[in-house]
Amino acid sequence: MTGRIGLGLWRRMKGLMLYNLPLMINCEQFEGFLIDYLEGDLPDRQRAIFEFHLKICRECRDYLAAYGRTIEVGKAVFADPSAGLPDEVPDDLVKAILEARKA
Amino acid sequence: MQKPQRATVGNQSDGDDIVAGLRNGSATHAERFVRSNIAWMRAIARRILRDDALADDCVQEAFLKAFGKIDGFEGRSSLKTWLHRITVNEALMKLRVLKRLGEQSIDELMPEFDQSGCRIEAPWHSLASTEEIVEQASTRDLVLSKIRELPENYRIVLLLRDIEEMETAEVAKLLDISQSNVKVRLHRARAVLKRLLEPLLRGELG
Repeated sequence: MTGRIGLGLWRRMKGLMLYNLPLMINCEQFEGFLIDYLEGDLPDRQRAIFEFHLKICRECRDYLAAYGRTIEVGKAVFADPSAGLPDEVPDDLVKAILEARKA
Repeated sequence: MQKPQRATVGNQSDGDDIVAGLRNGSATHAERFVRSNIAWMRAIARRILRDDALADDCVQEAFLKAFGKIDGFEGRSSLKTWLHRITVNEALMKLRVLKRLGEQSIDELMPEFDQSGCRIEAPWHSLASTEEIVEQASTRDLVLSKIRELPENYRIVLLLRDIEEMETAEVAKLLDISQSNVKVRLHRARAVLKRLLEPLLRGELG
């Protein structure tokens, strides 16, 4: 459908529809709800509206999938033991701390 | 996406023994305490401060603070959780002193919308898997460097919430900002990081 009527016009129609119809939000409003949704802080009614938008909007679905993957990847690189973080016990630093404790 | 649970840490009876030893001024207990915690404390300090020498100073100060405050440790949290808080606090204090970066604009990396409020997002034909990204050193390093590129205010919140898995309320207290501000910053940090990682997530790199 977007190929025939042009992306700009399609978006404008979608924007008008989402903004004006009851129980609908547009993508910008969806963005505003996102963090509360993920934190489990959205009241039931708003959560249902949020999830309905997700069902009908390809862009927000793609966005949320990549957003979720970003969080996963961030956690995973830090959890990886070879992430360049030290796991050995530095003897010289241990010694310095114990010396400073006595002082 | 499930909210991660904070890993349970420390063995209670072992912790009690260490606390009693530290209160009595036992050198053996102090050494055991330092040796069993120094590696993870150093890792956190390095993540926050991005400077190895500064991180070591921070760890030393955190231990000295812990030795000094051990009498006040009430056992409401595990010893490791208590020490974690001290370490993060020390690291943040060092950052504030450094004031390396002010507030930076990240607007151009935030999600884009058109005039009617519709999201502008190119279709995702496939999404690189987390395993694919983590198994290669080059892509792993790229992710770490992109996280380091985030403006300080956002990077710290992302580290504390997503990586250290601290509660929003705790982060708000540490940074002396409201909980809703923590959430706003966390969302922005993730959104910007998503933009920075897009070529990688789309499988265009690596």
